[in-house]
Amino acid sequence: MTSLPPPSPKKLGLVIDLDTCVGCHACAVACKEWNDGGQFGPLPDEDAYGAQPHGVWFNRVHGYAVDGPGTGGAAGAGRRAGNQETPIPDSGLTVHFPRSCLHCETPACVTVCPTGASYKRAEDGIVLVDADQCIGCQLCAWACPYGAREFSVERGTMQKCTLCVDRIYNETLDEADRQPACVMACPTRARHFGDLGDAQSPVSKLVAERDGYALMPEYGYRPVNRYLPPRPRKAGCGDVPACGGEGESLDPASLPGVLRWLDRVLSR
Amino acid sequence: MRPTFSIIAFTVLSGIGYGAWFLEGIGLALGMACRAPASGDASLRACRFVFFDGTALALALLFVVAGLLASLGHLGKPTRAWRALSQWRTSWLSREGVAALLTFVPATILLLQHGLVVLDGSAQVTPHGWNADAWGSTWQPLLGGLLAVGACATVVCTANIYASLKPVPAWSDRHVVPGYLLLALLGGSALLLACGPLSAADRRTLVAAIIVLSIACAWLKLRYWRAIDAQSAPDPGRATGLSAFGEVHAIEAPHTEQNYLTHEMGFVLARKHARRLRRIALILACGVPALLAALSFAVPGVATAFAGIGFVAVLAGLLVERWLFFAEARHAVIAYYAR
Repeated sequence: MTSLPPPSPKKLGLVIDLDTCVGCHACAVACKEWNDGGQFGPLPDEDAYGAQPHGVWFNRVHGYAVDGPGTGGAAGAGRRAGNQETPIPDSGLTVHFPRSCLHCETPACVTVCPTGASYKRAEDGIVLVDADQCIGCQLCAWACPYGAREFSVERGTMQKCTLCVDRIYNETLDEADRQPACVMACPTRARHFGDLGDAQSPVSKLVAERDGYALMPEYGYRPVNRYLPPRPRKAGCGDVPACGGEGESLDPASLPGVLRWLDRVLSR
Repeated sequence: MRPTFSIIAFTVLSGIGYGAWFLEGIGLALGMACRAPASGDASLRACRFVFFDGTALALALLFVVAGLLASLGHLGKPTRAWRALSQWRTSWLSREGVAALLTFVPATILLLQHGLVVLDGSAQVTPHGWNADAWGSTWQPLLGGLLAVGACATVVCTANIYASLKPVPAWSDRHVVPGYLLLALLGGSALLLACGPLSAADRRTLVAAIIVLSIACAWLKLRYWRAIDAQSAPDPGRATGLSAFGEVHAIEAPHTEQNYLTHEMGFVLARKHARRLRRIALILACGVPALLAALSFAVPGVATAFAGIGFVAVLAGLLVERWLFFAEARHAVIAYYAR
């Protein structure tokens, strides 16, 4: 049924920390690996070892450069409200940005589906595709501004992140392992999984503390996943003396006695 | 967006077919079809339902069927297409399928009746004792009305498949639904004019309709193109929410080769050549048919040839217009890849 279920109190999703993500792609690889053999069937590649490999991945890690003082944007909304500045180094920021399904509360990818293959689970809000019903019309991929869905030419059906629904409820796994593969794999703990519908959950607290934001809220699809913005950086070079643009500077007064004498002797 | 032949053929061909069905349905509903022709033969046998509406109905059916079959070519699993009829509560694609099939009901009944009348030759009553003409004159207005409503609803649903997609601003533009409707009517009236003997009065009506529709379509498309040209380019700052921190641009893509998203949604060629292609579409779909229609008033002897050439021009123009409609449109997701 592509009609959306009534809003559930439980909203499972991910919180992704753009401050600590180092762009190692471990989450993307772990995702590909788990979902290649998981319950939802393989993620086949075309020409996997050829000149132009092509295949479905549920998670893609982009790299962005951010220069200059910013003016707005979703990440700044909380900060502007708190009237805090968001300084970034003169050299700019590099931000690694993992992009996957946001398991929206009112996803258009579900309502546009003509067959009922695309659906949102009433019990926990996970958005899934039933590959046995999908006709491969690809309208859902067109309806998603976040690029969460990729069509598999090999299978003829649409595929997307399942939030590892075959892990998180899997009683054959240790309880500690009942988390999405991407979260388990992240070496910097930049990915967090939990119930964003519960204000007291660790992920909700993290979002509140770090001004977590939703991507492109203007579409009105109400993403569940949240992104934590990069933390404010110290302006300029902070305490690092060897950094700072043209040449190096040395304040002899800050040196210990012997070195100050050496500096004076050598400066003659 | 990558323009696929299946979807272009689907929207253009079924649009022309449903446009023709709409005009015929209106004609039948208003009782025009069985008005006595100029020859003075007042029998229903000679009414245009036999000569004009029957042929045109069947030709329009060919266009509709060809268009709908072409749409199956876009599916990864075409044999499951029937499943698409189930979600009409939320999905415009599903609604399109339902409306398209429902419209076949009045069209098929009208065609069957036409077939019986033609097969029986001069007899007004079939060997089985069924008076097809009498039945037709009673039920044609109702069936015509249903045909017109169904055809119009189907084209509205087709347009809304695209117009409901907010991540493609060129499709969710407000000119899209009226554009699909007007262009379907233009294609439909060009098909009707090209495909059969018409009374002089009806020919005049259709020619006038083509001239008016050509002008209306050209005006609407120009407004549409001005609107989409004013739309903002994809902005990674907005897509990532990082514009708070400064100017954002991609330094590293997640993959070295194309993926489904960049292949399907990163089509650039059409925007590069948009000006020239828009001019070609306008000349073929609106300029040529309007000019030929006007000339056929002046030179009635070549009116039939002009109508045929006019229809071919409209068909070619609509194909270019629809190719541009898909190929020019930008998808929001490309912002994640924008440098």
